[in-house]
Amino acid sequence: MTSGFVRHRRSKRIIATFSAFEADLLRSLAAQLVELLHDESAVAATEVDPLEKLLDFSGPTTEPEDPVLRRLFPNAYRCDDDAAAEFRRFTEGDLRNGKARAAGTIIDVLDEAGLPPEPTDEDLTIDVELEQETALVWMRSFTDLRLALGTRLEVEDGDEDYWYSLPDDDPRAQAHHIYEWLGFLQETLVGSLS
Amino acid sequence: MTTASPEKVDPGVQKDLAPDDITLADTPWVTVVWNDPVNLMSYVTFVFQKHFGYGKKKAEKLMMEVHEDGKSVVSSGTREEMERDVQAMHEYGLWATLSKAE
Repeated sequence: MTSGFVRHRRSKRIIATFSAFEADLLRSLAAQLVELLHDESAVAATEVDPLEKLLDFSGPTTEPEDPVLRRLFPNAYRCDDDAAAEFRRFTEGDLRNGKARAAGTIIDVLDEAGLPPEPTDEDLTIDVELEQETALVWMRSFTDLRLALGTRLEVEDGDEDYWYSLPDDDPRAQAHHIYEWLGFLQETLVGSLS
Repeated sequence: MTTASPEKVDPGVQKDLAPDDITLADTPWVTVVWNDPVNLMSYVTFVFQKHFGYGKKKAEKLMMEVHEDGKSVVSSGTREEMERDVQAMHEYGLWATLSKAE
């Protein structure tokens, strides 16, 4: 079981050691996030006129349908739908790409650290060494992963007792366990960067 | 909270403004961060320090406001500046909106 991230005293790098199972879990969560971000693609939801279509610089103007995507790309204006649509048009595409790139960074680093496509060796460990900038990218992507899982599970403030009351073999309990594990990793990552 | 610094106001526009307009232009827009059940307190504090350059004490105070009051005004300035702040908060996964200062 990984003990999370620490900052290496000499190299200043942020390091962590994962079991192959843990690294594989992280990689598959990151891959799912990339898929979700590309799934409901960032295109204009309404019909545009032919000239505007040719110029093709417009992003989406309405909130995504998926609750996870709605949480990742919230309305920037609470009481002004036009301004919210306008903001979304100019920012959501970049935001989506940035979040997909960040999750892709997690996948790339784990692959480069020697995580096989389908790990079978139970004793295999994966050492991750991150430069400061890459560690910040991981930290942001961990947030996205936790937001995605937390939104799917409908996590609320102070609901720990509910989750602990579920039987161990309940898939929701297992997913919540992963959510908490990501929170632990995130906490050590923030600590190592502070 | 901080207010927009004078040098950010276009002097060419400023000359034509009536005194009342200048007062309005001084406190125009704010970025509000809202509480959510997912983000860690340590992370939110870190983001406030990293993005806004706030000291740890101020960042923690704003984080506690978000946590306890459900929201906090974390920056103020021109509409364009606040749109950039909100976009940055969304990049960090914080739930942020902008609005005219009350």
